[in-house]
Amino acid sequence: MKTIADIMAIRDKMQSQIIVRDNSDGEIRVVVGMATCGISAGARPVFNALVDEVSTRQLKNVKITRAGCLGMCKLEPIVEVFIPGQEKVTYVHVDAEKAKQIVANHIVNGNVVTEYLITNV
Amino acid sequence: MYRSHILVCGGTGCQSNKSQTIFSEFKKQIEEKGLDKDIQVVMTGCFGLCSVGPVVIVYPEGAFYSGLTPEDVTEIVEEHLIKGRLVTHLLYKDHATTQAVKALSDTNFYKKQTRVALRNCGVINPENIDEYIAYDGYQALIKCLSGDLSPQDVVDALKKSGLRGRGGGGFPTGMKWQFTKDAVGDIKYVCVNADEGDPGAFMDRSVLEGDPHAVLEAMAIAGYAIGSNKGYIYVRAEYPIAVERCKIAIKQAKEYGLLGQNILGTDFCFDIEIRLGAGAFVCGEETALMTSIEGNRGEPRPRPPFPAIKGLFGKPTLLNNVETYANVAQIILKGADWFASMGTAKSKGTKVFALGGKITNTGLVEIPMGTTLRQVIDDIGGGIPNGKKFKAAQTGGPSGGCIPAEHFDIAIDYDNLISIGSMMGSGGMIVMDEDNCMVDIAKFFLTFTVDESCGKCTPCRIGNRRLLEYLEKITSGNATMQDLDDMEKLCYYIKENSLCGLGQTAPNPVLSTLRYFRDEYIAHIVDKKCPAGVCKSLLQFTITDACKGCSACSRKCPVGAISGEIKSKFTIDQSKCIKCGACIETCKFNAIVKK
Repeated sequence: MKTIADIMAIRDKMQSQIIVRDNSDGEIRVVVGMATCGISAGARPVFNALVDEVSTRQLKNVKITRAGCLGMCKLEPIVEVFIPGQEKVTYVHVDAEKAKQIVANHIVNGNVVTEYLITNV
Repeated sequence: MYRSHILVCGGTGCQSNKSQTIFSEFKKQIEEKGLDKDIQVVMTGCFGLCSVGPVVIVYPEGAFYSGLTPEDVTEIVEEHLIKGRLVTHLLYKDHATTQAVKALSDTNFYKKQTRVALRNCGVINPENIDEYIAYDGYQALIKCLSGDLSPQDVVDALKKSGLRGRGGGGFPTGMKWQFTKDAVGDIKYVCVNADEGDPGAFMDRSVLEGDPHAVLEAMAIAGYAIGSNKGYIYVRAEYPIAVERCKIAIKQAKEYGLLGQNILGTDFCFDIEIRLGAGAFVCGEETALMTSIEGNRGEPRPRPPFPAIKGLFGKPTLLNNVETYANVAQIILKGADWFASMGTAKSKGTKVFALGGKITNTGLVEIPMGTTLRQVIDDIGGGIPNGKKFKAAQTGGPSGGCIPAEHFDIAIDYDNLISIGSMMGSGGMIVMDEDNCMVDIAKFFLTFTVDESCGKCTPCRIGNRRLLEYLEKITSGNATMQDLDDMEKLCYYIKENSLCGLGQTAPNPVLSTLRYFRDEYIAHIVDKKCPAGVCKSLLQFTITDACKGCSACSRKCPVGAISGEIKSKFTIDQSKCIKCGACIETCKFNAIVKK
């Protein structure tokens, strides 16, 4: 037997898990290069860290997707952030920790994390 | 936390195309690759695009794969899930552009739809109550039980929303709830009519298969509103997946205390049982349905008294269709004004249609009331295949009528359809092109109603059989113009004198085709010709001068009716010809015609 509070708790827990299925327009896209080069350089933990961070923060308009090889294999893992109306931002040599900072600083607070940018390489 | 979700359609259409195998194959391969912690495989209800099934959506990309076979799974796992590259050649191709369309929401088929009753179909796992709760499931019930809405508030909200019965009649739902609420009785019942019997209709099945909790929640709300604590789902046994998912849903809801005694710790108690129908069309009629639930032979009885006063087991009973219930929780949550903002003056909200017949995108669509037939057929349905011309759309199944091309721009709502001699019906929409003979269509539906007549009243039992005989006479070329007049009179007689809705509406397909296609009837009777080339008795197969004398047709003919000399024109012996059409399919020179 559940109480109303129990049902609400289930709803909140499940909503963070199904965010992945939201496909609405006007959203922020975060693309992780996940070809062989990306994966062997450690893209998978980066991807999982992004997904975790976005769902913990309940960011409904952010979609994490994969892309193939971006052509700069030595800079992998690469993460690109597309915010509607702004220029694309490319981060390189990302790891799980950096991925979390990107979500917190760039996507939530709007400050590009300049030290991980491709222009610094 | 899963980084990717794979949604496999588990509707009946896709399951008959091996979606169950595809589902297990995904599970197996993902486990083998050690990805089962990262990727979740979910079986959902119907997505609506049944013509290109089995369909699968992969999130977060929203990639929409169609027409898959179990062998395609390896490629999607290897390429898409591991390497992150979309498998372009397996993506759904929009028929209009033929470019590979990536996401389901990008297709013309979906863009023009508004999904209210089907909102969770193809989105959630219907066998997991938590997913329903995640999409605001049971919030409407909580709103009622936590004291925000009194029973009368619920009824008032439905009245204000303008929701009308989606089973076909179009009776205002709020009024029905009010009558049952006001009726005096120690026990009251809440029933759902899931005895969907129209040929080609599968709206209710898809809702029960894709979102069973929506119906359970609405029934509990109805119980709260009218003062009932017992509900019945009457569903046909031919819907095994729907029945199974309802059973699972009821079990889960009981475990969570959303059904049963003292729901969510309040005083409100409500329980639901399933009753299986044996598939008789007449049991979709409300009085016959209740007689069947009581354990008797499913036969209608005269009304009044209406079920709201004296229904199941002689007690006040609220009986609504599946799709009607599927709208209720949304109206309570989003408000009557939100619902009333969709649709036309007298028909609010949306309507689900099962598109079938000569149409590119066979499947399930939900449109706001007031959408034109042209938008449904050309934009959402993808038009008529093979460059053929639209002739008519049949709505309302055996009780309805046809909408001819001259009304192609009619806004679909209850009153408009009745004004042109058709009806909304439960939502079957069968599209016909120039190759369909309208007399033959009327005959098809009459054959169905004659089969399904319960036999209780004479006008329906005998009248419809005589009516069918007239149609057989016409299609075999033996009728006179006098027969046509007599047939029309008989139609009105049956309509006026039958006991229940089945008999009262059975002549509608004949009357409506007579109204718009009388010339076709006359062509059958006077010229002894079937203009569409369907009625076999009136056709003659002949070989034209285009014949090269290759003898392919004579070798194919099963009765040896074709003869001739090689390299000169062959002929068909009309006394032997059985009009099977094998010769036409064989001929490489289009030298055989039927007319």
